[in-house]
Amino acid sequence: MSNSYVRTQMLPPQEAPIGERGAIKWLRDNLFSGPLNSLLTILGLLVVFYLVKLSLPWWLNSVWNANSLGECRDIVAAAGGESGACWAVIKARWHQYIFGFYPQDAYWRPVLAFGLMFVALAPVLYWNDRKGAIMVALTAALTVLSMVLLNTPGTVDLVAIVIMAALFAVAWLMPKKLIFVTLLYPFVAFFLLWGGPVWKGVATLLGFAVIVVVYRLLQSRLGVVVATAAGVVAAAVYWIVLQGYVTGALTAILPIGLPAVSSDQFGGFLLAFIIGVTAIACSLPLGVLLALGRRSDMLLIKTLSVGFIEFVRGVPLITLLFTASLLLQYFLPPQTNFDLILRVIILVTLFSAAYLAEVIRGGLAALPRGQYEAADALGLDYWQAQRLIIMPQALKISIPGIVSTFIGLFKDTTLVSFVGLLDPLRGVTQIVRADINWKGIYWEPYIFVGVIFFLICFGMSRYSMYLERKLKTDHR
Amino acid sequence: MALASEAPKESFRLSMLIYDTRYRSMTIQVVVLILVLLFVGWLADNTIQNLAAKDKDINFGFLWNRAGYDIEQQLIPYTNDSTHGRAAIIGLLNTLVVAFFGCVFATIIGVFVGVLRLSNNWLVSRLMTVYVEAFRNVPLLLWIILVFVVMSETRPQPRDFRVTDEMIASGTEPAAKMWFWDSVAVTNRGTDLPAPVLDRGLGSIDIGSVPVNLSVLLTLAVIVASVLANRALLRRARAIQEETGERPVTWWKSLAILFLPTIALLMALGFHLDYPVFKGFNFQGGISVMHSFTALVIALSLYTGAFIAEIVRAGIMAISRGQSEAAFALGLRPGRTMSLIILPQALRVIIPPLISQYLNLTKNTSLGIAVSYLDLRGTLGGITLNQTGRELECMLLMMLTYLIISLIISSLMNVFNSSVKLKER
Amino acid sequence: MKKSVFLGTLAATTMIAGVAAAGTLDDVKARGELICGSNTGLTGFGAPDANGNWVGFDVALCRAVAAAVLGDQNKVKFVPTTGETRFTALASGEVDILVRNSTWTYSRDNDLKLDFVAVNYYDGQGFMVKKDLGVSSAKELDGATVCIQTGTTTELNLADFFKFNNISYTPVTVQDDSEAQRQYLAGACDAYTTDASGLAAARATMADSENHVILPEIISKEPLGPVVRHGDNQWGDIVRWTFFSLLIAEEKGITKANIEEVAASTTDPEVRRMLGLEGNMGAMLGLDAGAFKNAISANGNYGEIFEANIGSATPIGLARGLNALWTQGGLQYAPPFR
Repeated sequence: MSNSYVRTQMLPPQEAPIGERGAIKWLRDNLFSGPLNSLLTILGLLVVFYLVKLSLPWWLNSVWNANSLGECRDIVAAAGGESGACWAVIKARWHQYIFGFYPQDAYWRPVLAFGLMFVALAPVLYWNDRKGAIMVALTAALTVLSMVLLNTPGTVDLVAIVIMAALFAVAWLMPKKLIFVTLLYPFVAFFLLWGGPVWKGVATLLGFAVIVVVYRLLQSRLGVVVATAAGVVAAAVYWIVLQGYVTGALTAILPIGLPAVSSDQFGGFLLAFIIGVTAIACSLPLGVLLALGRRSDMLLIKTLSVGFIEFVRGVPLITLLFTASLLLQYFLPPQTNFDLILRVIILVTLFSAAYLAEVIRGGLAALPRGQYEAADALGLDYWQAQRLIIMPQALKISIPGIVSTFIGLFKDTTLVSFVGLLDPLRGVTQIVRADINWKGIYWEPYIFVGVIFFLICFGMSRYSMYLERKLKTDHR
Repeated sequence: MALASEAPKESFRLSMLIYDTRYRSMTIQVVVLILVLLFVGWLADNTIQNLAAKDKDINFGFLWNRAGYDIEQQLIPYTNDSTHGRAAIIGLLNTLVVAFFGCVFATIIGVFVGVLRLSNNWLVSRLMTVYVEAFRNVPLLLWIILVFVVMSETRPQPRDFRVTDEMIASGTEPAAKMWFWDSVAVTNRGTDLPAPVLDRGLGSIDIGSVPVNLSVLLTLAVIVASVLANRALLRRARAIQEETGERPVTWWKSLAILFLPTIALLMALGFHLDYPVFKGFNFQGGISVMHSFTALVIALSLYTGAFIAEIVRAGIMAISRGQSEAAFALGLRPGRTMSLIILPQALRVIIPPLISQYLNLTKNTSLGIAVSYLDLRGTLGGITLNQTGRELECMLLMMLTYLIISLIISSLMNVFNSSVKLKER
Repeated sequence: MKKSVFLGTLAATTMIAGVAAAGTLDDVKARGELICGSNTGLTGFGAPDANGNWVGFDVALCRAVAAAVLGDQNKVKFVPTTGETRFTALASGEVDILVRNSTWTYSRDNDLKLDFVAVNYYDGQGFMVKKDLGVSSAKELDGATVCIQTGTTTELNLADFFKFNNISYTPVTVQDDSEAQRQYLAGACDAYTTDASGLAAARATMADSENHVILPEIISKEPLGPVVRHGDNQWGDIVRWTFFSLLIAEEKGITKANIEEVAASTTDPEVRRMLGLEGNMGAMLGLDAGAFKNAISANGNYGEIFEANIGSATPIGLARGLNALWTQGGLQYAPPFR
């Protein structure tokens, strides 16, 4: 018996038909899978083609070296082009777009403050492992590099390297301790940016020590709320009455500090970052309180919180900015007068606090009831439950919302130009165009500023998505 | 032996205000109330002192003074002899009209882009992603300025549309031509559209110094009546269909009922279009829409559209795959699946964040300041404030108005939201 | 990060400028710095250069006041103000003096409680059109689109002018000068109206200046000058007389270059009084004897400031016109210094 007609060996598989493989298959699957899709593809291609055709010559004829717009145009015309980008304006004025009128020999100060910000943010960015330490090292290296590129004096570079190395060691050996850097950072940044005697910050810090001491003394007897209130009152008394003397005395004994820079010299992206970061940092605790207030059982607290949140969310930011510049003076004691930047920061903080409150309220609402009940079952009181159980989870859920609020806020810092501050988009551009050499320049500054905004905001939104994935622990 | 003894009658002690949870919340509220009152009193006191020091008062009388400035876009009649109050109303209307068109276009763009981003067409979904990310991550102010600059830099001047006798004689074409059979001109100043005009109009009556056109009212009434009549027709057709199983042919009756009465009325009123014609410096006749308005609407709707697209995408992705599979199993085509099954369900997820986008758009209309669009902020909070020097009154009035607009929009949308919400029984 | 909330407190405790005393002069002296409200950037009159140094015609007056009060023309801080925020900034004490092309009008003087102490530039509102428009008078602009800057007296003048001549126009209100020029050049408006000085400056800096004409009509009076708060007469007098000292210096031929030489050799009693060589005129205003000498040596006399910033040798190329000294047929006239 032989079944010779039965094949014993498998045939090698035939190659797929030409339409079902390679580029053609990809094209058919992804671009031309049906009449509608084909139409869309062709439309899309047309749009892309049109945009490229419209702007390509302009990009290709870019001029990088010129002293005025007229020179730029001459160079483009000499090359036979019809239109061309004049990036020379960015080359000439980039420092104003980044730093405003910050003294040129002190550019290292904002750069160092910016670098330190990432180190201070490390606990918030969840850089609390070895990978985080490497990120810290990278930040440090970039910061020092930029400082060197900005012609910083050598001794300052050396100090920066030492500080950064120390921070890296901390991040590598005991990442948890970085939280102290975070707590100190506001004072360090303030000192670096505004300069002046170092003792101002130190004396202000003492006030917080007062709060902690008073709180520790009273907390066991009077409870959290009263102890905190007492601490704040004591600190306020210290700040208002005593701090001046302490600062004076310390400065007299050991006058060290940096040259003072007044806030009217801040501008460009430096200003955008100062307003954005300060406002978001200040508004986070305020937002948490407002969110808790809105969920409170106490009618009065709830009404006040709802009223505040709805009022702020109901009016445009620009009216709040005009309030800062036109109205705040009416509401403050006669003759007090402080910095426009500070007034703007206060109003922007209130603005973002209302939005953050809604984001955090969403996070609180998303927590299963069981979490609250479990906290109660453990016998925790309200603040303990909030601090240990509720807030860590609610804030984690709210991270995407918080980041997108921050992105929105950061973009909205451009509006401060309407009250005369030097934001990068309109404020600095206006000053650049008031220069006779650059009169009439239009697209280039806007594209430059737009690209930087895009990189920053896009980066932040991607990082928040990454964090969201990393921290995801499903409740349900 | 008593199992439960009577709770010992506690005498009230002062410390209970803090330690006893029954009283503590009361205590806290009273303390907060006192603090808030003190704070408000402090603000009021400061304000009074400051006003006194500057020799000013709070007085809204300036709203009835002559404004003295001109506004290019006015929905109700206004001249520079009108009052500041009327200028503020013009501004408010300008704000509302931008917000309205912005919301409509943003929704259309957002839904299309949101759906297309999920398309399996590689190129289209990538393009949509680029659009969404570009608009979400760059300040709105920049987009408003850019759109405005593009419109005023790339379009020809009105003069380029001019056709002179010599040009006709020599047969040369003007530098720029109008679109759609010489009816629409887009210059670098604005868009000139044909305007509907009635030869035998019914005139208008003034209601509170706002003229209301009777012809428009009549036309609207006729349109509403025809729609109602059409509904009745369709209802009858359905009744016949259910009774006899055969549906009478209705399409031509529908068409006739819907359009004939309106057309007849318009003809009776002598309706025709008034085309814009270039004369002197600008196009005369027709309706002229300023570019500051157009640019603001385009930028706002593109910007908000990008956010709405994300909301729509998230809403669609929130619908379980089983729904579309079930729809396919029923034999529905992809387009019908989307419009009949997915979108209606996604709507419930979409609407709450959509409300806040509408609110954002409305508030963002105040950025019209960048293209000098005279909205509420431009009139009341801009020129009026500047000419009268009454910051406190103007700003308070302006904030109050914005607040009221926001509250109205959010309550309207909440009503709509509760009407489409899943009815759980 | 969370603790950054305290940054606000920290800033508040350090940045509050302090409670102002009775007089602006005392404040300025105590602060050691003059705060001057300026433009956000107007070529020739006030704008920062690439290094952030403010330069311009208005800026020079601020510097002269700083030199008179504090003895150093660099002890001055410039706060950019917009058309909308400028008077509030002054009234609230945010700035000590406003030098920003502000027109002196009745209502600003009285209703806004401000004091215009001098006129450092006599201006008037005019129109600029493109030559090929074929317009030779503003009265031919019936139906034209006109670009104006918001927040100024300009828009009121414009409305009045067209109303008076019974012709129509379409206003395009624009936020700032550079944007107005862009729109005008792009043809988004037929005519651009602002102060004649601004028009001349704009025209001079255009690539094709020969294609633009400034129409003969000047439709308003625009006396531009420094502004101070109402009620602080001493401070107003300081600003006023600093300005007058610059005028007198020009009249007497005192320049930045020769001031030391003049001070050493002059016998003219008025000059000697002004430069603090005789009597103590400065003390009457609470200033040093050499205050006005400092003011003049900061950037030179009125004529020098004019020529250096906006005069015919600069790209802006304005003629003195009304702003010549009264001895040369202009309106700039200083009362005697005695």
